[in-house]
Amino acid sequence: MIRFDNVSKRYPGGHEALRGLSLHVPAGQLTFLTGHSGAGKSTLLKLISLIERPTSGNILIDGQNLNRVSRRQIPFVRRKVGIIFQNHQLLFDRTVFDNVALPLIIAGHDHREIGRRVRAALDKVGLLEHERAYPITLSGGEQQRVGIARAVVNRPPLLLADEPTGNLDPELSREIMHLFEQFNQVGVTVLIATHDIDLISRLNHPILILKAGRLQAAGYARGAAP
Amino acid sequence: MIGRRSRKRGAAVRRPPPPPRQRRPRGARARLTWPRLRWPQLASPRVYAARHLQVLIESLGRLARQPVASLMTAAVIGIALALPSGLLTLLDNLQRLSLSWEGTASISVFLHDEVTGDRARKLAEELRSWPEISTVNYISRDEALAEFRQHSGFGEVLDALETNPLPGVLVVEPTRQDLTPAGAEVLLERLQALEGADLAQLDLQWVQRFAALMEIGRRGVLVVGALLALAVLLIVGNTIRLDIQNRREEIEVTKLIGGTDAFIRRPFLYTGFWYGLGGALLAWVLVQLAFLLLRGPVAHLAGLYDSSFLLQPLGLLDSLTLLLAGALLGWLGSGLAVSRHLRDIEPS
Ligand SMILES: Nc1ncnc2c1ncn2[C@@H]1O[C@H](COP(=O)(O)OP(=O)(O)OP(=O)(O)O)[C@@H](O)[C@H]1O
Ligand SMILES: [Mg+2]
Repeated sequence: MIRFDNVSKRYPGGHEALRGLSLHVPAGQLTFLTGHSGAGKSTLLKLISLIERPTSGNILIDGQNLNRVSRRQIPFVRRKVGIIFQNHQLLFDRTVFDNVALPLIIAGHDHREIGRRVRAALDKVGLLEHERAYPITLSGGEQQRVGIARAVVNRPPLLLADEPTGNLDPELSREIMHLFEQFNQVGVTVLIATHDIDLISRLNHPILILKAGRLQAAGYARGAAP
Repeated sequence: MIGRRSRKRGAAVRRPPPPPRQRRPRGARARLTWPRLRWPQLASPRVYAARHLQVLIESLGRLARQPVASLMTAAVIGIALALPSGLLTLLDNLQRLSLSWEGTASISVFLHDEVTGDRARKLAEELRSWPEISTVNYISRDEALAEFRQHSGFGEVLDALETNPLPGVLVVEPTRQDLTPAGAEVLLERLQALEGADLAQLDLQWVQRFAALMEIGRRGVLVVGALLALAVLLIVGNTIRLDIQNRREEIEVTKLIGGTDAFIRRPFLYTGFWYGLGGALLAWVLVQLAFLLLRGPVAHLAGLYDSSFLLQPLGLLDSLTLLLAGALLGWLGSGLAVSRHLRDIEPS
């Protein structure tokens, strides 16, 4: 599903965030991405979502080379990728419903279809009864789940999450991770960047470890069988 | 494409589901099925039109939530639009006023001395049948002399003359359509060529002067109008620029979840449209109020000159043109700002 082929990323400041990185995330898998702070996790996710462009190397998503995607085509690629980033969260002047509906409005679905799908997504993350609420009235965990509902409402085949459990307590973090597992079980490829080694080592999913912009190790946590 | 392939592969690596931990809220109905993606998806025309209508109303609602700021912007636009449209309406009124002074543009046809009164009256009769002539008035040599005697005060001088030095005159008034300088000139030539006509003279001077003045006025208003239209573009552009900055976050999020430039541009374009339309409405009210206030005094003044001239405010067509121009300028101003500033905002 995702293939990095000798990808380097040098930021304008001259810092090299990724150095000749090659990796493969198979379709239908839930994969964790971890590593020290500054290892390049966010950079990797930004390259996949076309927020940044690689300095060299190729990135293929489902066989499509992202280097060949023009500026005008970017929105259409992004519609196939559900993105859950910590800093790009909700629009606080709109209700939960309107936040989650946004990807569907962009894609041009009709009114009834939007209502049906938004409720299905909110139901999935357990927030159906909050559809009329404004995000500011929700807890951090609930807001995160609204973000997840928005990312999945368009049924993208690929889901990216950057520190989705960043400031949640362990109990909430487990719930969020379980949500991702549920999406994965119906065929969605999921890639999650996280620091939470404790949590992911107890889950049975492949882990990619970055170190200073290179792939240090790939495999399963010690406690979990592949 | 991605959708179909990933579904197959997804099925291949599917694992048995873990025990259900998540409690499902009561009343849960639809279940998400993954992934069923058709791409590219184009919205149907009906959905597209509904979307435009929705953005149109949403952007108006957004403006209504900040009534003071919105009205201030619209007021500045309104004043800028009121000036040229008011001046143009004034020019139109002057034009009408000049037409009501039809009599002043008459042509005097001086006849040869040997033309008798009967011949002259026949000639006048013939001229009345010309379509470009509205009235013909014959003044015989004797009448001319009597009039001159009465008005000039040179009665004794005339008495000393043995013969009447004054010619007979046909005073010809063109119809309104032929009152243009060019039309009057053509008529003049035809009258000059009449048998028995010595000299045809048009009081052209004021017609031409007035036309020239009107032309200068019109050009001047056009220049002022163009400058103020530019001002409107800048006002709307700057307002929209601030709006874009305030909604930076929203733009970033929208781009991140696949919003095209056209999608992001749309609400700003409609906001500009509303500013322009609102400004034009205010301009309309200002112009109509000003003309309403002037109407009484102008009618009074006209009455003193024995004229029934009435000041006319903006007509239906001109009003519609004003509104359309305002809306268009707002749209354009916003488009300029959006094309300049939207590209700079990218998610990071
Ligand atoms: N926009 C940028 N401009 C310049 N340098 C950047 C930029 N974004 C990231 N970097 C640098 O690139 C390196 C990798 O950053 P990145 O955000 O990918 O790390 P990370 O693994 O996500 O770290 P963390 O776990 O702290 O989020 C860091 O050293 C960072 O300073
Ligand atoms: Mg990061």
